[in-house]
Amino acid sequence: MLCRGLTKRFGDVVAVAGLDLTIAAGECFGLLGPNGAGKTTTIEILEGLTAPDGGEVALLGQPWRDGAEGRALRERLGIQLQDTQLADKLTVEETLALFRSFYRNAHGVDEVLALVELEEKRGARVVTLSGGQKQRLAVACALVSRPDLLFLDEPTTGLDPQSRRQLWDIIRRFRAAGGTVLLTTHYMEEAERLCDRVAIMDHGRIIALGTPTALIASLGADHVVEFALVEGAGGEGLDADLRGLPGVKVARARATGGGHSLTVAEVHRAVPALLALLERRGAELSLLTTHHATLEDVFVSLTGRQLRDP
Amino acid sequence: MFQLALARMREFYREPEAVFWVFGFPIVLAFALGLAFRNAGPGELQVGVAAGAAGDRALVASLDSSPRLAASVLDTGEARRRLRTGRIALLVVPGDSLIYRYDSTRTESRLARLEVDDIVQRARGRRDPAVVRDDRVAAAGSRYIDFLIPGLLGMNLLGSGIWGVGFSVVQARQKKLLKRFMATPMRRSHYLLSFILSRLVFLILEVAALVGFGWLMFDVGVRGSWLTLAGITLLGAFAFAGLGLLVASRARTIEGVSGLMNLVMLPMWILSGTFFSYARFPDAMIPFVKALPLTALNDALRAVMIDGTGVAALGVPLAIVAGWGALSFVIALQIFRWR
Repeated sequence: MLCRGLTKRFGDVVAVAGLDLTIAAGECFGLLGPNGAGKTTTIEILEGLTAPDGGEVALLGQPWRDGAEGRALRERLGIQLQDTQLADKLTVEETLALFRSFYRNAHGVDEVLALVELEEKRGARVVTLSGGQKQRLAVACALVSRPDLLFLDEPTTGLDPQSRRQLWDIIRRFRAAGGTVLLTTHYMEEAERLCDRVAIMDHGRIIALGTPTALIASLGADHVVEFALVEGAGGEGLDADLRGLPGVKVARARATGGGHSLTVAEVHRAVPALLALLERRGAELSLLTTHHATLEDVFVSLTGRQLRDP
Repeated sequence: MFQLALARMREFYREPEAVFWVFGFPIVLAFALGLAFRNAGPGELQVGVAAGAAGDRALVASLDSSPRLAASVLDTGEARRRLRTGRIALLVVPGDSLIYRYDSTRTESRLARLEVDDIVQRARGRRDPAVVRDDRVAAAGSRYIDFLIPGLLGMNLLGSGIWGVGFSVVQARQKKLLKRFMATPMRRSHYLLSFILSRLVFLILEVAALVGFGWLMFDVGVRGSWLTLAGITLLGAFAFAGLGLLVASRARTIEGVSGLMNLVMLPMWILSGTFFSYARFPDAMIPFVKALPLTALNDALRAVMIDGTGVAALGVPLAIVAGWGALSFVIALQIFRWR
C-alpha cells in the first residue's frame, strides 16, 4: 500500500496536509494521533471512500478506479469503519450472510463466526449485543471477504479492557495467517502491542514514523519522571537546574496543569538528585510518578500536548 | 441482491409499527369509512320549526310523518345555533307565507328543502299530475365502498412505497451503513433494485389483505381480470418505490426526509381521488391532477375493479404511472448520495 502527497481539505479545514506512506505486505501498521489529527480521513482515502484533493494512492499495486476494477480491488479488502451501526433488527448470522453475499470468494458464516468467537451469538439480534460483541461483528464483516488487506478505524475505542484484548487476539490471528493490517487508534498501548510500525499524526501530517521501540528510543532515554509542586511553577531557573541533574536528558514544563516532566536514563540516580534540588529550593512536591516511556511520551515530546485530553 | 432484499424484508416484519401502518391501517380506514358511508342513505334529516308562529305544532306533526324527516319546535336562539352548527339542515318559519332558512351549499339542506316543500305544498292542496314510482338501486359497484377500496389500494401503494423505501434508505445513510456497503464490491444498482424486489413481495400481501377485506366485509369484487389488477399494482409499486428512492436520494436525516415525504404524499392524498372524486376540483386543475401518478393509478384500479376494463383501454393512465416510476428511478440514480 502506497500513498504520496495526499491532501484533503473540508472547506477551510485541512484534514490531510501532504502525506506519504508505504506499508509492506504482511505488516501491521498503526496510524496514531489525537482526535481530529486526520487519521479517519486518511484511512477513508486509502479505502477509496473519500476522493483526495491531491496525491496518489495505490493498493496492492493498483490505484482506485470506478467500475469493475474498483470492485475487483474491493474483493480483496476488509474494511471496518469507525461509526457504522449495523442493522439492529437482523441477527448476527443474517448480517454476516448479507455481507458475504457481496463477495465472490467469501468465508462461510461458521468460519467467520469462529474467527471472532461469536458462535454463541449466532442467532442474537444485533441490538442485543454488547459494545465489544458489536465491534467483533463489525470486524467479522470485514474479515468475511478473506481480505489480503484489513482496514480498522479505531476498532477498540470505547471498549472495556477484556473486549479490547479479544480484538487484539483477532488481529494477531489475522496477521499470523499472512494478512496486512492498517489500523488507527489513539491508544498508544494498542499501537505498541500490535503494530510493527506506527506513524504519529498531528494536524494532517506525519510527525514521526518508525517501530514503536525506535520511536521510544528517540526520546534518548526510556523512563519518564513527572512531578508537580505545591506552589505551582517552582521559581526562576528551575528548568535549567533540572536539565543539569544526573541522568536527565530532557526537561519540560507541562503546557497544562503546571507539572514538569523529565526524560531520564537512570531513575535511581535522577530521583534522589531531583529531591535534593527541590529541598535546596524549598519547594514542596504535590505529585511524583515515574513510568517507562511510551508512545504517548513521544507525542508529548513532539507536540508539547497530551495525546488524549485527560 | 437477494440477500439485500431478504435483509430489507426481515427488518420490516420485525418492526410491528411498520407492519400495522402498511397492513392494518388501510383496513381500519376502509372499515371505518365503509361503516360511515354504508348504504342506509342519509338517514333522517333534522328540521327545525320556529316556535311562536301559528300552526307550528301541526307543521311539526305533518313533517314528522315523513320517514325521511325529523322535526322539532325550536325557539329563535336555539334554532339559529343549531342551524349554524349543522345539527338541523333547515329551519321553517311557519305562517301564511312560509320561510325556509338554510345554507344552500349544503347538500343535506337542499334535500331537506325539497322534502319539506313537498309536504307543505301537498298539505295545502297541491295535486301531482304525473304518477311516479321509485326504483332504488344498491348494486355492488356503485356504492361508496366500491369507490373507496381501489382508492385505498392506490394510497397504500403510495404510502408503503415512499415510507418503506425512503425511511430505510435514509436510516442506512444516517447510520453510515450505506457507506459501509460502499466499502464492499456491492453494485449500487443492486442496492436500489433490492428495494423494488422486497416491495414486490410485500405488495402481494398488501393487495391480498385489502382486496380480501373489501370482498369479505363489503362484498367489493373485482370485475376485471385478476391478472390485470396484479399487473397494475405491480406497476404502481414500482413507480412509488422509484418515487421513494428519489425522495430519499439526498436527505441525511429522518426528519429531513419526513418533511419531503409529506410534501410529496399530502397533495396526492387530497387531489388524486382517494376519498372523493377529483372531478370536484375546478376544470382548470383537472389536467394537472390527472398527471399525478396516484390519480392515474387510482383511475386504472377503479377501471379494473369496478368497470372490468381490460388492460388495452388503460394505456394512458398506465403510461403516466410507468413514466413517473422510470423518471424518478433514473433521477434518483443520478443524484443519490451514497454516504
